[in-house]
Amino acid sequence: MASTAITSPPTRLIHKKDVGLSAFSSRGSFSIRNSPKRVPQKIVSVMAPQQSERKPATTGSVKTGMTMTEKILAKASEKPQLTPGDNVWVNVDVLMTHDVCGPGAIGIFKREFGEDAKVWDREKVVIIPDHYIFTTDERANRNVDILRDFCNEQNIKYFYDIKDLGNFKANPDYKGVCHVALAQEGHCRPGEVLLGTDSHTCTAGAFGQFATGIGNTDAGFVLGTGKLLLKVPPTLRFVMDGEMPDYLLAKDLILQIIGEISVAGATYKSMEFVGTTVESLTMEERMTLCNMVVEAGGKNGVVPADSTTYKYLEDKTSVPFEPVYSDGQARFLSEYRFDISKLEPLVAKPHSPDNRALARECKDVKIDRVYIGSCTGGKTEDFMAAAKVFLASGKKVKVPTFLVPATQKVWMDVYALPVPGSGGKTCAQIFEEAGCDTPASPSCGACLGGPRDTYARMNEPQVCIVDRSLIEKWNECIVLWIIISIMDRDIRAKSHVSTFTCLRTEIFFNELASWVEIRQACVLLPTCSFRFVVDSG
Amino acid sequence: MAAAASIISPNPTVAKLSSNPSAINSSRNPLVTLKFTSTSPNYASSKPLISSSSYSSSSLPRFHHKPFSTLAPPSAAAAAGEAATTFHGVCYVVGDNIDTDQIIPAEYLTLVPSKPEEYKKLGSYALCGLPSSYQPRFVEPDQFKSNFTIIIGGDNFGCGSSREHAPVALGAAGVAAVVAESYARIFFRNSVATGEIYPLESEGRLCEECKTGDVVTIELANNKLINHTSGKEYQLKPIGDAGPVIEAGGIFAYARKTGMIPSR
Repeated sequence: MASTAITSPPTRLIHKKDVGLSAFSSRGSFSIRNSPKRVPQKIVSVMAPQQSERKPATTGSVKTGMTMTEKILAKASEKPQLTPGDNVWVNVDVLMTHDVCGPGAIGIFKREFGEDAKVWDREKVVIIPDHYIFTTDERANRNVDILRDFCNEQNIKYFYDIKDLGNFKANPDYKGVCHVALAQEGHCRPGEVLLGTDSHTCTAGAFGQFATGIGNTDAGFVLGTGKLLLKVPPTLRFVMDGEMPDYLLAKDLILQIIGEISVAGATYKSMEFVGTTVESLTMEERMTLCNMVVEAGGKNGVVPADSTTYKYLEDKTSVPFEPVYSDGQARFLSEYRFDISKLEPLVAKPHSPDNRALARECKDVKIDRVYIGSCTGGKTEDFMAAAKVFLASGKKVKVPTFLVPATQKVWMDVYALPVPGSGGKTCAQIFEEAGCDTPASPSCGACLGGPRDTYARMNEPQVCIVDRSLIEKWNECIVLWIIISIMDRDIRAKSHVSTFTCLRTEIFFNELASWVEIRQACVLLPTCSFRFVVDSG
Repeated sequence: MAAAASIISPNPTVAKLSSNPSAINSSRNPLVTLKFTSTSPNYASSKPLISSSSYSSSSLPRFHHKPFSTLAPPSAAAAAGEAATTFHGVCYVVGDNIDTDQIIPAEYLTLVPSKPEEYKKLGSYALCGLPSSYQPRFVEPDQFKSNFTIIIGGDNFGCGSSREHAPVALGAAGVAAVVAESYARIFFRNSVATGEIYPLESEGRLCEECKTGDVVTIELANNKLINHTSGKEYQLKPIGDAGPVIEAGGIFAYARKTGMIPSR
């Protein structure tokens, strides 16, 4: 498990400067005034005073190197040094909850701190109804009411409410899927700690933030104290270098990694993604990468913040933030290196995200339904990529194709942004011409089978007659809940025997379906692969 | 943050607060001797959690309707100044990768665990997502509680969606401890934070060694599981830093115990 500590150039620079920190800080300005010829030294000197204003834990000016995750937690626990395994009370920068876990967390908060208790900081609590929204289920509706009452009572600053369930567009505050909304609303900031009552909270690690999922009780505790006891995880480092072929997406990268380390390979651990490939990814792609960290059992995932991050945040937040980076001497539990220029499109076959296969090995798969959406695959860029595939194929879909933009913002992009190379058509126009279903209201409804009238359950369940080994495994007929996403192109397969959900596919058939045609189009494009991913969300 | 800071003791570390060994050895104390020796599969209708008790029962952040049966009355145990934890009951054996949707299917997530009636209901659905090949069912139809108080599983228990409803449903059904080869992180965390169940790790593959219906005893102090039906003993991994938190009764009780938040 010994790791080679690989230092990225920026990290090394910072560390070197730190070594001479005190000396530079005292004579920095002096050298500028008096020695105009010594340009290189002066630049270092000018930087030094900035460094000295930072806390030691963020600069790497410590005896033992720390990883990004260790540094964020050290800063948040006001400790100069942390090592994996330490349990510390951490100050929380943002607490996110939604309509499934929020009412429980609020109940615990009131039970423990009293009916009149106030949350620790009304501006640090973000409440996003998104799971069971478009339903007539009384308990589900009541849960959103509980959130609203609480937000009014506590004067919570960031509550993305929905009142008119008949038309989501009549609710300007309503966002949709929390992990995408958090980023779009500027709540994901480098160097901070974000906790959320959802396993995919790790998505925000894309911003160089420590972000992880917690439960209701933890959230109830944070509501009252702004703190939580966290164990410092050891870090696995994934170095991805090389130019990414245009037929790959971040989903391929993370499926490659999970296939390598297995669904429990990062349990209790942090996953740090670095390298030239990662640096070239957009923020939405980085979010896809970090979203799937929990599928490997990870506690959190992090991508170092850079100019791409700052550019994304520019018009989204005015809150000052302080990014941190792994030290040159940081200790990683292990390090994995990938040459992405040689990677092929990948698929995770049922029933596990680590059941990795090459997309071309699954070319004869027949599908029955297609779904484009979810927190990992329902972002604007995801729909753009899907639209490009339809555009290139020029054909109509042969199976029902469902579209669920993650948020209201994504929904508007689908209807407004022109798709490059289409002569000014929007994604929505292209989807309509291809015969897709009308884009649905933004919510988690398609992934999480909730009340009977939520999106995931509106279709007839179909009995899967798929793969014999699966039937043997479960010893019975399986109702598969399979969500197929073209865009990020995953087939999210949920195989719960008693979950009578709707979306289902038959796999390993030899008939031609629209999917195969789409894939052929993708070969031309070439951007398409498809994946089967167990939804753990 | 600022408000809380004034009442916070300097970052207590869990590791520093593990139970002292002399207290742990009290498992042999007559006060906590087990009285459940019957092998009837139906006896365990109340939760045989014999728990430690250096704190008063009023500080337990448990749901009030929950039967928290200490064989030794808390006051008596406190008077003895000893703490020990032993679980005894009939076990229910499951396999690998038991995900939270099998523990509590998504359709029941509208139940709010902090509401006593809904908490009770959650228990009735515990493990109802298991395939029908699992017989007997974990909770019988029309029952709120399970006859099984100890669950034995394989790898990656509690994987999948991060719902806290999962350990809560097990706790509400009367489960005291789960023994698995490994856990998904959030399930483990939720078990600790709620204090609902002890998530214990086995050294070997106990799910292949034990059968549903076997009568077992877990001696936490000795990290040991005894299968009375087969007569075999197995080593468990120490609970570690999470122990003091569960022992206190969850993160709130622990924080009060350590002065992190004011006690009530």
